[in-house]
Formats: sequence, structure tokens, C-alpha cells
Amino acid sequence: MRLFFENKAITGILAVVPDKEILFDDEIENYEFSKETSLKLKHTMGYNAHRVFEESVCISDVAVFAINKLIDSGKIDRDSIDALILVTETPDYIMPPTSNVIQGQLGLKEDMICLDINQGCAGFEVGLIQSFMLLEQENINRVILINGEMLSRKVSKRDRNSYPLIGDAVTITVVEKRKDNGSIYANIRMDGSNCFAIQIPAGGLRQPSSPATSEMHRDSFGNWRSEDNLVMKGDEVFMFVQKKVPPLIRDILDFSGFDSDEISYFMFHQPNKFMVNKLADKLKIPREKMPSNIVENFGNSSGATVPLNISYNLADSLKERSMWLCMAGFGVGLVWSSMVMKVGPLKFCDIIEFGIGNS
Amino acid sequence: MKEKILEILVGLRPEFDFTQSVNFIEEGMLDSFDVVSLVSELEDKFGILIDGEDIIPENFSSIDAIIRIVEKSEKA
Repeated sequence: MRLFFENKAITGILAVVPDKEILFDDEIENYEFSKETSLKLKHTMGYNAHRVFEESVCISDVAVFAINKLIDSGKIDRDSIDALILVTETPDYIMPPTSNVIQGQLGLKEDMICLDINQGCAGFEVGLIQSFMLLEQENINRVILINGEMLSRKVSKRDRNSYPLIGDAVTITVVEKRKDNGSIYANIRMDGSNCFAIQIPAGGLRQPSSPATSEMHRDSFGNWRSEDNLVMKGDEVFMFVQKKVPPLIRDILDFSGFDSDEISYFMFHQPNKFMVNKLADKLKIPREKMPSNIVENFGNSSGATVPLNISYNLADSLKERSMWLCMAGFGVGLVWSSMVMKVGPLKFCDIIEFGIGNS
Repeated sequence: MKEKILEILVGLRPEFDFTQSVNFIEEGMLDSFDVVSLVSELEDKFGILIDGEDIIPENFSSIDAIIRIVEKSEKA
């Protein structure tokens, strides 16, 4: 599905990462694989360092900390927030919505909308699409989009295929009405028939968590996980990305009328370094125009990877000037979505750390 | 080429005898992450780039299948 928007802009991005960094080299002993095999994967997949929040920290703690920082520093006015969208798979509660928790803790006005959206790897694009739709309303001028994940707690620490790749992060993106920011082109596709390619089997009403679901089982390759843990069919997900994403990007370029060399950067979700590099090669896009360094420095934080990617790689440029970016997210759902839009100059584009002392 | 490929496979999974297997994937000798490591080593060793769409289990299920995909990538 193609979507088109005008007179809207991203005006600032603040990414919050945990101050706790875990190095793959320090956790190799947790896995039932030879050190040599694991080190080969380190190089190829980008296993290096990943950031995880302490177990007591929840999305609302980090989001409130970050948004208060923006308010206290005068970057946004508390009463100007007309909508708060939280995209996450790891909310504080099943009920109430975590966006309402955040609204209450921030002391925001009653005359606004709060929305929780359960989406994963394409969560930034889904959140932006929702933000743009809300901004079509006369009374909504500023949306705060929060993308946050605490998935490290849902992945087994003895799962060598997933744990080294997982990172926690929360990003705050301010989306506003702005005239003359150019057109925004988006496309999005979904395949629920393959939704269990990436899943956490237990913990919902279909299969509540219990002592039985927390029992650890060894797969045939030596990874240990329980029904409470994230499990991914790696080969299916890889093929999904390689088959579905290149046509998606060709479609968004066709829709927007841009050639790939007219796009300054391709800021994609980063499941792992190998997959991003394969996409760049397939699309004949120079690897330096499609950064793949988020997993090796922070881990894959699902819907937060694209704004973190932008903050980590383009902050200095985007605070000075605008550029046309192609963004894309793909994964859980299965959902795949991309967007071409002009981004910048941004009022802020930063990364800060959050530790237990901040909560 | 066959010897080089066998050397890579043994390096990845020294516990298996790849010369005695009919299908590395179906017999549980390689998982998707082993295939990623295998692709990376094949690319380094043979100076090729394997297309992402060719990274499917059947192309890495036997020595002959791997030779075919290396030769295809060399021609690309």
C-alpha cells in the first residue's frame, strides 16, 4: 500500500540507550558453541557490544526521563504535545496503556491523544505513518513518537543466535506540521500468515506464562530457550527480508521519483550486519550509504533501530542541513515498510544514556 | 574447490563428518547461522559475493550444491 503525506516533518530525535554495555567476548562462555565458531559469527553478524537496561527499568521510566529532559531544556513545550504514540512490544503493563502512564507521569494536558501500538522492527515507519495521519487533524500540531524495546529480558541469555544481537533502547521523535518540507512517500505491506516466524510463544492469553513455559529446552544446535523467550526462524526471516525488501525499496523509489543516487542515505532497520550488507549489495547501493553499525555498537532494538541509526550516524549533518533519506523497517508481523522524506535541519539529534540512577 | 569447501565446513562444525552426509541441513549439521558463517567464508576465500536470494538452505545442503552456488557467484 502506498501512502502520501505533505506539510509534516520530523523536527528532533533523542535516542536513549542503557549505560550498561555487554561485550560478546565476555559472554561467549554462556553458549554451547566453540569459541572459534562464535568468533566467526562475531565478525559476520556484528556481534560485539550490546546495551541492556537493568531489569527494574521499564519503557515509561526511560520515556519520562527523556521527554522531561526535552521539556526542561526548552526544546519542547509541555502543553504543545497533542499526541503521544508509543510503539513497543514490551509495554509496562497489559493494562493500562503505557502511553497513558507516560502522559500521567509527565503531567501532560488532558486535551490530547495517547496511543499504544504493538509493532516491532517496522515500528518507526508504522509510528511515523500514524503520526502523519494524526497531524492531518486541525487540532493536532505536535506528536511525540516513542519507539522503545526492553527485549533483552525476553531473550534467553543462552541463545547464541539471538541474545548477542538484542539491544534495548528508547527513542523520542518529535513530529510536527511544517509547510514546504516536501512530500513524504511511504509504502507498507503485511503478511500475517507468517506471523510466527518471530514470536514469544508464552505470556499472552493464548499461552499464559507458567512454571512449565519457563522451563529451558535445548534446540538441536545448542541454543537454550523457554516458551517465555523470543524465538526466531532464522532462515525464514532471512529469506523474507531478501525477497521482500528489495522490491519494496524499488517501489518507494518509483513512487517518489527518486533515483537511488539522489537519496543521501538509506537508514534501515538493522537485524544484523550481514543482512544489511546483503540488502545494500542486492540494491546496488554503496554500503557506506546504508550504515550497518548499530548492532555491533548497541544491538538490535527493533523499532528503535532506525531513529538510533540516524542519531548515531547522521546527527551532526542533520542538525545543520536537510537531506533526503530512505528509511525502512522489516520483521515482526511480518511487516515491511519504507519511506522517502526530507529530514532536517533538526532542532536536536542526540544520544544520551540512562542508568539505574536516573530512574 | 571441493577440498577448500570441506575445510571450511569442518572448521565450522568439527563434530560432523561432512563426507558421509546426504543433506547437511536436513541432518541438522548446519543451522541458519552456520550458513551465514559459511557464506562469509566462501566469499572471502573465493573472492565472490553470493546474492542474498541465493542464501537458501537447499544451496548449502551438500558439497555439490555449494560448488554450484560458488560457480554461479563467480560468473555473476
